[in-house]
Amino acid sequence: MPWRLLRFGLSKKHPEPRMFTPHAELKKHYDVVIIGGGGHGLAAAYYLARDYGITNIAVLEKGYIGGGNTGRNTTIIRSNYLTPEGVRFYDTSLKLWQDLAQDFDLNLFYANRGHFTLAHTDSALRTMRWRAEVNKHYGVDSEVVGPEDVKRAAPMIDLSCGGHAPILGALYHSPGSVARHDAVAWGYGRGADQRGVEIHQQTEVLGIETEGGRVRAVNTSRGRIETGKVLCAVAGFTPRVLDMVGIRSPIHVHPLQAMVSEPVKPWLDPILVSGSLHTYISQSARGELVMGAALDPYELHSTRSTLDFAEGLSSHMLDMFPFLSRVKVMRQWAGMADMTPDFAPIMGLTAVEGFYLDAGWGTWGFKATPVCGKTMAYTIANDRPHELIGGFSLDRFRDYALTGEKGAASVGH
Amino acid sequence: MKIMTCPINGPRLISEFAYGGELRAMPDPAACGDDAWSDYVFHRNSAPGVKREWWCHTPSNTWFIAERDTEQDRILRTYLYGEQP
Repeated sequence: MPWRLLRFGLSKKHPEPRMFTPHAELKKHYDVVIIGGGGHGLAAAYYLARDYGITNIAVLEKGYIGGGNTGRNTTIIRSNYLTPEGVRFYDTSLKLWQDLAQDFDLNLFYANRGHFTLAHTDSALRTMRWRAEVNKHYGVDSEVVGPEDVKRAAPMIDLSCGGHAPILGALYHSPGSVARHDAVAWGYGRGADQRGVEIHQQTEVLGIETEGGRVRAVNTSRGRIETGKVLCAVAGFTPRVLDMVGIRSPIHVHPLQAMVSEPVKPWLDPILVSGSLHTYISQSARGELVMGAALDPYELHSTRSTLDFAEGLSSHMLDMFPFLSRVKVMRQWAGMADMTPDFAPIMGLTAVEGFYLDAGWGTWGFKATPVCGKTMAYTIANDRPHELIGGFSLDRFRDYALTGEKGAASVGH
Repeated sequence: MKIMTCPINGPRLISEFAYGGELRAMPDPAACGDDAWSDYVFHRNSAPGVKREWWCHTPSNTWFIAERDTEQDRILRTYLYGEQP
């Protein structure tokens, strides 16, 4: 087998097709410039090209495709949110996920595992019931289950969690899934590329020119581009880009860390989340345990890792699964999360005409990749917000009309 | 672990401290309009840089000011409010 692989690799007869077309130069003008070559930006480019026939698009990426939060999250996909706006939005995303691999003709390793949000207190259980009822009302498969159901799905769990945080029940969401995050960015990127979108990596945006309240041009590390429409989809870099156009926002940036263990035999099928223990865990197709926790406790624009985090998370992990005590941590990393006060995103039009925002994705952005692409493409093509993102506009803070998603968006609050 | 210097208690582990956000001037709630008030309540100066922030040493409940580089993760200096060196 290795010889055949080597021969295949060296043969000129079967060259492996490149995923993306390299472009030596930036054009002078694009109809749409998308800042940020992560899942969200590439998805918006893909749907703009596929559904609206807008193909004169440049996606500008400072680093490499999917190298930001798209490649740093823990790949969990679910739609059991708390607000009607959130549930409708994320459920549309979940349905898009289910056909995405066929759309792309690319294996996304989409694995439907089922998702348990553990409740260790009465108040947590109360929120679970609330979420389950909202979810069911909008047709999302979601129910409160007892500790015995958790034990059945994950027999290795210590239901008492070391004796100090016994599991009283859980919110069970059967469509909960995981997917290979790099493939998502690459799938959207390739689909956009095939339809004529230009993807420019190693291209940093240095400034945005406006004239009379309208976007006019984007200055990059590789030259100036004229354009009337700019989409900002840069996660933790959002405040820097907003400063270029003079827009104020409530976004604040904290690092979110995660880690994986060495690969072990498959033993954990579902995805488990515990708000009280600030922990989420799933087992990847490679056998690694993918683990995440709460945000770092103070503002920071850096992706450094800390030992405190690895220690704290391991300790909580051992509360749930004491048998993991000899399993080694293999890798640790961080991403910069653009947090909002109400734990809902900020999407849509802004005070600067032609400047569109897909931001405030904090710790909950990966699962929304398809629906963000789709709704932002609609918003850009029609110059009005898609109905699904009406509750996510930047103006909601000025109007004191927040979309409180804190109870369902993340752990550790 | 990172070390932060409390102006009262000296150098301590950062896990003993709580972050209280950037030092900001509150507009007069009686005099300012709704827009100015919502700007104060929600909006933040979030681009990276050297910032003056509230921090609290939680075991002694000491609130103080820290100057911190939010891109490099460096604490430049700390002092009690109103006692800027």
